[in-house]
This record gives sequence, structure tokens and C-alpha cells, in this order.
Amino acid sequence: MVPLNYYLILSGILFSIGTAGVFLRRNLITVLLSVEIMLNAVNLSFVAIGRYLGSVDGQIITFFVMTVAAAEAAVGLALVIALFRHRETLSPDAYTSLKW
Amino acid sequence: MLLLIPLLPFVGFLINAFLGRRLAKSVSGGIACLAIIGSFVVSVISVLSLVSSGALSADATAFDWMSSGDLQIPLRFRLDHLASLMILVVTGIGSLIHIYSTGYMHEETDPEYARYFSYLNLFAAFMLVLVLGANFPVMFVGWEGVGLCSYLLIGFWFRKTSAADAGKKAFVVNRIGDFGFILGMLLVFVTFGTLDFQEVAAAAAQRAPEAAGWGVMTIASLLLFIGATGKSAQIPLYVWLPDAMEGPTPVSALIHAATMVTAGVYMIGRNAVLFEHAPTTLAIVAAIGVATALMAGTIGLVQNDIKRVLAYSTVSQLGYMFLAMGVGAYAAGIFHLYTHAFFKALLFLGSGAVIHALAGEQDIRNMGGLKKYLPITYWTFVVGALAIAGFPLLSGFFSKDEILFRTFTAHTPGHLLFYAIAIVTSLLTATYMFRLVFLTFHGERRHDAPAPEHPNEEEGGADAHGGHAPAHAAHAPSQPLVASGFSRKDDSDGHGHGHGHGGAHDHAPHEAPWSMAIPLILLAVGSVVAGYVGVPHALGGNNRIESFLEPSFEAHAAAGHETAAPAAAEAPQAEAAHADEGTERTLMALSVGIALAGIGLAWYFWLANRKVVEGLAGSLAPVHRLLLNKYYVDELYDAAIVQPIKKISTGALWKGVDAGLIDGTVNGVGLVVSGASTGLRRLQTGSIRTYAFALFAGAISILAYYLFS
Repeated sequence: MVPLNYYLILSGILFSIGTAGVFLRRNLITVLLSVEIMLNAVNLSFVAIGRYLGSVDGQIITFFVMTVAAAEAAVGLALVIALFRHRETLSPDAYTSLKW
Repeated sequence: MLLLIPLLPFVGFLINAFLGRRLAKSVSGGIACLAIIGSFVVSVISVLSLVSSGALSADATAFDWMSSGDLQIPLRFRLDHLASLMILVVTGIGSLIHIYSTGYMHEETDPEYARYFSYLNLFAAFMLVLVLGANFPVMFVGWEGVGLCSYLLIGFWFRKTSAADAGKKAFVVNRIGDFGFILGMLLVFVTFGTLDFQEVAAAAAQRAPEAAGWGVMTIASLLLFIGATGKSAQIPLYVWLPDAMEGPTPVSALIHAATMVTAGVYMIGRNAVLFEHAPTTLAIVAAIGVATALMAGTIGLVQNDIKRVLAYSTVSQLGYMFLAMGVGAYAAGIFHLYTHAFFKALLFLGSGAVIHALAGEQDIRNMGGLKKYLPITYWTFVVGALAIAGFPLLSGFFSKDEILFRTFTAHTPGHLLFYAIAIVTSLLTATYMFRLVFLTFHGERRHDAPAPEHPNEEEGGADAHGGHAPAHAAHAPSQPLVASGFSRKDDSDGHGHGHGHGGAHDHAPHEAPWSMAIPLILLAVGSVVAGYVGVPHALGGNNRIESFLEPSFEAHAAAGHETAAPAAAEAPQAEAAHADEGTERTLMALSVGIALAGIGLAWYFWLANRKVVEGLAGSLAPVHRLLLNKYYVDELYDAAIVQPIKKISTGALWKGVDAGLIDGTVNGVGLVVSGASTGLRRLQTGSIRTYAFALFAGAISILAYYLFS
């Protein structure tokens, strides 16, 4: 039996990797992938805690998150394509006109 | 019915104000005349029905104007005996002056003509509101309204700087008085809890007279009197009236002689009970009245502008009225107001006819010998002058003698001194009026007597009489520049009566047209007979006007009742009058002698022996200069009040408070906000990753707060 802490630590590491990816990478597609990693880190902790507590709620929530993540990926990729057509670049630093 | 009286002229005003531009002169003038004549007819009917009903007053309420707690102010008109006399004077003389104006203002363009008549009608409407108002606020509406019309009409030829300035001066000086009036009104309300004249009188009658010191009624009546000094041109606020002569002459006759300036006297008469209970105020009123009468009389003696002489004469006669009010002879004061309205309107209209005939010339040194050119004007003017001088059996004689007699027999302190001053003033009145008559109508024609640089300017003092005529030249482009002595009028006071007579009028000044002559004749008749309503007991009359007016100066519990009290009050009065008849006859003889002496003096100095007067002016040069410069009062006010106010306004209020404090605060707030915003703007980078990081950092810190605290 793998102790709960291991899952949680793995989940924390994955979440950190995802966060770092969101903030540091300069490609919008990579940023989206990093967001997926963060979501999956959270999914992992849901499943692990659900198992630990002997409840199925964690798994049900995970299904919801996966559904939303799929929708999010679809919308996000569509936006990325639209942005690329607009500016010919995928660097998030190029899109700064939303100010003042 | 009562409401119609002010409403008719107001309708005339509306028509001329909104449609006048498109109306021909005959139409707009006709509408204005019809409006005021209609008002006169309604007034006569109302007065007759009041008198025949035997009631003391009749009320008409239009609607509730203000209603707030204790303060109940209906828009209510009240016709009592005092108001009856006043509305007849206002609408009657007003009608004559409207008719006269149709001739006098004929040179104006159509829109200007309509503007003039709309103002004149508006004035009549407000004056009637003033007179008929049953409580202080309604009277105050009229009071302010006539002030406004006075301003508009003085500055009627507003392209002329001096006229515009004179209008402003009148308005500002009146405002000072009105401030006192408002304060007095508020004090009356605080003290008596009502603003209705009859209720105030009834409440005041309940109290004991304030024998000495400064009781609340004394202060209230003094404040009201300050308002009266402004409107009725008494010391210290009389300075606007002579300058008001910049307006068209019929306006001077109507507003600045016959009606508006008497509003102060009327107001005191209206509040006679209140004033009666404040002897200190009455003494002040009498002193100011007599001082004004004397001062204005002396100034009038040396002025050279025909209208200014009449203006000072008006101030002086108003002083008489206030003297009468101050010694408690309210009926005598109002009687003089009524006769004065006739002969002073006549004199002003006569001077207007002279000015009209001479195409704008106002300096009497350039007149003379007009008797044979202007016979109607001459004879009517002489009648007016005799009436004002107090020549026996003309109207001014009765009213002025009544005042003198009542002053002599008054019980107030100093009444003999007042009487002596009044007698001296009476001499002055006769003298300066006949100086005017002799210099204007008798002797030789003098076109070019004094130098054309218009020495009047120095006399006029530092007030802004500067660009008199040039500014007005634009107003009368048609004015012919005749190459004779007469062309001088272009740089005199000429208000641009470009007559289009070419050079002809140099030889023959033309008599006034009929529209002007008829009012003159009617007013002359009035000046003769108006006094016969008040023939004193001493001359076998029964002084009907006094018994007619007397109820208006007493308190009545309710409108139209209590007829016993006035009758009872009258009986001892009549007895006292009877006992004094001998005195009255003596005084009468004295004042007749004085009037004749005054006329004789004028004849000697200005007709028979002009050298003497010039020598006298030379040997008494300082006095002469003092009088010519009107005791330097304008200069004094300028130095003591106007300049300091200007300095304070510029230095402290404008540059300090307004530009420094207020603008500084406003601009400072703006600067701080925009500076802070410039700094804060840097936070908005537009980079999504920065925002996301801020979001993340915030989430972490909130989490940390809950986890570790």
C-alpha cells in the first residue's frame, strides 16, 4: 500500500512543474500543456484522497475536471490559432495591448 | 378685477417683448398705450366701487404663493384708500407718459421702439404690484421689478457708455437699499409672525411705542427705511438718481420723478403704524428727509443740465415727503407725492419737449429765448414751475404748505429747525426752478455760449461721463452734421434725435407734436387742480384727501370693519386743526412770500442782471465749485467705497481666494490624481503572464495566511 503522502508529494511536484511552465515558457501551446499538467496534478490528489477516505467522490470530481479540461483544451487551442493568425507569433509577451 | 390692473400692462409687455420686432411702431406703441389706459380704466372702476361700497379695503387673492409652516404668503392684492390714490397716479400719469413717448421715441427703429414700450409696460405692471401688494413679499416683487425696469430703461441707449454705467450705478445702489428692506422684512416676520400689512399693523398697534432706544420695532422700521432711501434717493443713497437722467426723458418723468422713486414714501405710509411705534426711526426719517431736501436744493441751484436740475429737484421734493412722514404727517406726505407726480412729470415732459426741439441739447447755457418757438411747452412748463415753487392756489402750494404746517406744529424734537430748513429749501426750489425757466425760455438764444468741450464734464466729476455722444453716434447714423453752431450738439449729451430736419432746425426749433403736447396740457391742468382735493381747513376747505387717506395709516383688526375707531380718532384731530388755523394762515403767508421771493431772486439774477450772478460765482468760487461738483459725494463714495471694494475684490478675493484658494484646490486635486495615476499606470503591463503571476502570488499568500496564522 503506497502511503497517501507519496501521492500528495507527486501531485505537488507536478503542480509546481505546471506552474513553472505557465510562467516561464514563451510558447502559448506549451503554456496550455502546462495548465493540463496542473489540472492532472489536482486530479491525482483527488483520486488519492478519495481512495484514502474510501469515497468515490474524488473520482467523480476527476471525471468532471477531465471533461472541463477537454473543453478548455479545445477552446484554448482555437484561441491560440486565432491569435497566431493575428500576430504570426505564439509568444505571450507579444500580446500586451490589453492595458490602460 | 384687481388682478387685471397689473395684468393688463404685463400682457402688453409680453406682446411687445415677443412680437415687437415684427410690429410697426404704431402697432407696438398702440398696444402699450391701450394696455396702460385699460389698466387706468379698470383702476377707476375699482376705486369707485371701493369708495361707493364704503369698505376700507378690498382684497383679491390670486393663489397661495408660499406656504411653509408659519409662513403663509398668498399672492394677494389689496386696494385701500392709499393704494387707490397710488394706482390712479401710476396708471393715469403712466398713460399720459406712454402717449407722450409715442411721439418722443419716434426716431427709434421698430425693434427698439417695441423694446422701449415693453419695458415701460413691464414697469407699470411691477409698480402696480408694488402698490397693490397686500403683504411684504408681494410688494417686494414689485419693488425689485421696478428696480429692474429702472435699470433697463436708464440703460436704454446702452451703446452709450455713460448710460450703461448710470444703469449699473442705479441698480447697485438700489441693491444696497433692498438688502436693508429684506432684513427689515425678515425682522418683521420674526417679531410679528406675519407679513401681511394689516396684520403687522394690528400686531404693532398692540405694543407700546418704543419711546427711546433701539427696540425691535425701531430696528425693523429703520431697516425698511434703508430700503426706502435706496429706492427714493435719499441721503446716503441718492447718488444714482441724477445719473439716471441718462435714460430717455419720458422714463425720467415716469420712473424717476412721478412713480418709482416715491415707492419709499409709499412704503412708509403703508407701514405707518409700525413707524408710528418707533419714534427714533421717525426722527431719523425726518432728519434725513430735510437734509436731503436742502442738499439737493443747493446742488440744483448751479447745475447746467436741464434734466439734472429736475433730478435734484426731485430728490429735494422726495426729501420733503420723507420729512412729512418723519413728523407723522403721513397724509400730507402722500398728498405731496400725488401733486408732485403731476407737476414733476409735467416738468420732465416739458424738458423732454425742449430737448426734442433742440435735437438732443440738454445744457441750459445753450438755450434761451425758446418762448416764442415753443409756446405750449413754455406755458405748461411755467405752470409746472409755479406749482413746484408753491405759488398760491396751484397744487404744490397746498401739499407743500400742509407739510410745512405739520412740521411746524409737530411734537417731535427739533421740528422748528426742520421747519426752518424746509423753508430755506422752499426758497431754493422757487429759485432754481425759475432759473431754469428764465435760462431756457427767456432772453436771447445762445447756441454757442460755452466752449464745445462741454464743461459739464468737469462738473460731472470723475464719474464715467466720458464718451457721451460719440458712442451714441452709432445709434443715430442719420443725424445731420449741420455746419453751424448747432453741429456742436454732436459732442454734447445728444442722444441722437436725428430729426432729419437738416439745417432748418437751427433757425426754428419746432413745437412738440400733438402726441407730446396733449399730455403736457393735461398734466398742466392736473398741476393746477390736483391740489383742490386737499384744501386745508384754514382756507375754508375740508382737506378731503387727509380724511380719505387717514384709515390707511391706522391698524384694523380685519379688512373693512371697525369704522368707529377712525372716526373717533379723527374728531380730536379736526379740533386741533381748527385751533391751529391762525398759525396755518400765518405760515401760509410766509411760504407764499418765500416762493415769490425765490421767483424774484431768480428773475433778478438770471434775467435782469446776469452779470451779478457771474460776479457772485467768481467771488464765491469755492462754494460754487463745491456745489457744481455736488459736494464731491460721488468722488467721496468712489474713494471710500468703490475703490476699496475694487482693491479688495482684485487683490484678496480674486487673486487670493478665487485664483489661489479655490482654483488652487481644484487644480491641486486634479494634479494629485493625475500624478498618482501616472504612477499606478505602470502596474498595468498588458502581459498576461504578469497578471497570472499576480493572481498566483495572491492565491499563495491567502493560502499561507490561513495555513500559518
